[in-house]
Amino acid sequence: MRTLNTAIRYTIFTTILLGVGYPLLITVIAQLTMRSKANGQLIVRDGQVIGSEIIGQSFTSARYFHSRPSAAGNGYDATSSSGSNYGPTNQKLIDRISGDVAAYQKANPGKPVPINLVTASGSGLDPDISPAAAYYQVPQIAAARHLPEAQVRDLVQSHIEGRQFGILGEPRVNVLELNLALDAEKGSN
Amino acid sequence: MTLNGWLQFLIYFVVLLLAMRPLGIYMARVFAGEIHFLRPVENLVYRVSGIDSSEEMNWRDYAGAMLLFSFVSMLLTYFIERLQHFLPWNPQHLPGVEAVLAWNTAASFTSNTNWQSYVPETTMSYFTQMVGLAYHNFFSAAVGIAVAIALVRGIARRESKTIGNFWVDTTRACLYVLLPICIASALVLVSQGVVQNLHGYTVAHTLEHQTQTIAQGPVASQEAIKMLGTNGGGFFNANSAHPFENPTAFSNFLEMFLIFLIGAALTVTLGRMTGSPGHGWAVFACMALLFIAGFTVAYWAEAHPNPALHGVDQHVSALQSGGNMEGKETRFGISQSALFATITTDASCGAVNAAHDSFMPLGGMIPLINIMLGEIVIGGVGSGLYGMLIFVILSVFIAGLMVGRTPEYLGKKIEAYDVKMSMLYVLIFPLVILTFAAISLLSPSMGLSSLANQGPHGLSEILYAFTSAAGNNGSAFAGLNANTHWYNISLGFTMLAGRFLMMIPMLALAGNLAMKKSVPPSPGTFPVNTALFTVLLTGVILIVGALTFFPALSLGPILEHLLLQHGILFS
Repeated sequence: MRTLNTAIRYTIFTTILLGVGYPLLITVIAQLTMRSKANGQLIVRDGQVIGSEIIGQSFTSARYFHSRPSAAGNGYDATSSSGSNYGPTNQKLIDRISGDVAAYQKANPGKPVPINLVTASGSGLDPDISPAAAYYQVPQIAAARHLPEAQVRDLVQSHIEGRQFGILGEPRVNVLELNLALDAEKGSN
Repeated sequence: MTLNGWLQFLIYFVVLLLAMRPLGIYMARVFAGEIHFLRPVENLVYRVSGIDSSEEMNWRDYAGAMLLFSFVSMLLTYFIERLQHFLPWNPQHLPGVEAVLAWNTAASFTSNTNWQSYVPETTMSYFTQMVGLAYHNFFSAAVGIAVAIALVRGIARRESKTIGNFWVDTTRACLYVLLPICIASALVLVSQGVVQNLHGYTVAHTLEHQTQTIAQGPVASQEAIKMLGTNGGGFFNANSAHPFENPTAFSNFLEMFLIFLIGAALTVTLGRMTGSPGHGWAVFACMALLFIAGFTVAYWAEAHPNPALHGVDQHVSALQSGGNMEGKETRFGISQSALFATITTDASCGAVNAAHDSFMPLGGMIPLINIMLGEIVIGGVGSGLYGMLIFVILSVFIAGLMVGRTPEYLGKKIEAYDVKMSMLYVLIFPLVILTFAAISLLSPSMGLSSLANQGPHGLSEILYAFTSAAGNNGSAFAGLNANTHWYNISLGFTMLAGRFLMMIPMLALAGNLAMKKSVPPSPGTFPVNTALFTVLLTGVILIVGALTFFPALSLGPILEHLLLQHGILFS
């Protein structure tokens, strides 16, 4: 009985200390010192939030670089993050990828599609595509926007983020930032 | 596989090696009561709870306190979940959690498993995540460390009836080990872009004029303890694949580092407390061997193209990481995803930065094998060390049989009772996994109807679920829909059995060892600080694991691998 009494008092007191005190302390420090990061690096244009720098969004128009396929809800649903969870021998995976490959190859006949562009990420919210996947989309974007391919290619190149500290992770291109830059490009329509 | 991929692995390993020794020595001092910088807080905890910090407990009292505390704190979490709509910090007005799911989740977080049958973004309020779930992230870790320390005391003490004080050990683990590292890491995570706020979800209007609701929350504070305590329960459904949980390659590095930090350091603590530093390193060497082997296979498997795909470029180049990118994030690529998967299952963490269900057959087999070996490769905080010590005792026992002498371990004679408790620990684990997996496989309506993938991969999904639950890992082949009555209830029991049924023989063993006399080493004593010992230990682990699980593995991932090479698919 004495142990039970101790267990109850101990649970309640440590809950206040570590369940409430600790997260609130971190929240206060984070909000005071790193406000933008702590709130999700939101991008505001004309007073309206258009998204987060690090949360992917869906692009379907030929005028924008496309993100990877997404299994989060109906695609880039940021309240329902998820991968497809298709195994490597699942016919549905192979069918989905074949369908996407056929669509991309219409603009690039016969050219193999970079794997990154036709596979769903683990989060369904991947903000990035590989540089290969960005370059692959250049001809189609240039045609839709009536821009020289070289200009679009340069834009992609200037948006490649290298490995962190030169070593960690993989090179990538942030799709939302690239598309915002595309909209701002001179002569783009 | 690339040079850069291996370089990232090497940096990880070196940083871990550099950090583990100072932390291990520090922990030995913490549990000897030599660290006091939070004395006022520590004393306040004891005073409020009515704890006599000078009291020593025998193993039965220690186990009793551990069980009662776990029961009370599990009950509190259950009610927080059920009543979250009446509690603060619920900006999305989420309703109370349904009873069976709330039970499964409370069992899951109390047992350090963090199996999640639910989508957190649409199920759990901020209050529930902070007060109900992150709380257990601290305390299930602290309990694990306490039990490991109690076992080490059992080995180190001579003719002693007691093995420490449960309340004091958990309190010190929280205040002096977990909390300081968490505060520092949480802030570093925020600097990388992990969110930390209490406001409602953000509604964005995208470039293509659609509406995107972006889930927010106090994530960084939970992320830090989720990793450091090898808990692994995601604030979001996608866990550490989610950009708000793991935004950059460096945050990924830090998270992987935190997973292994305490587990690795505890081998140093073991060496210190038993006065045999060489033994700690010999144990760590065995862990390191199995870690490197696991990563090599997983990295190799995932870097290879899926032969069933056509019209895609799966080659590695300067412009893409290539390989099997289904379920993986661009910023992590193949090497960091394979490394994370290996680490999270070597330890009993269970956080994921990629979808294990979408790994290649042999790539996905590595996480499964890691858990099946008992999560003793570094392992969960505390649980990894005491799980490993079971295999150490078995190794010493087998070596003793070979030369026909009563085996000794660091001066303690290993006798029938000790070996019985060790075997109980070894046998409860596969018994629970294989029994429940078999029942699920035989039941089309309860078990098979939840599958997302057919064929051998379906067997792997079910096997993974029960292995993960019994091993208190919490990662999943997440295609399996586990939010059903059958899976919530059976997995809930599996998690509790995998935790507490295994901790009790462990504490009994600690109590029994503590009572023994210490005998001086003789020429017949098998030394436990040599390379020969490391090899024997590794062999025993692999043989026990293979004998137990090879049949199941051969029908799951191995068969799937062979079929895939012949282009056979399942719909």
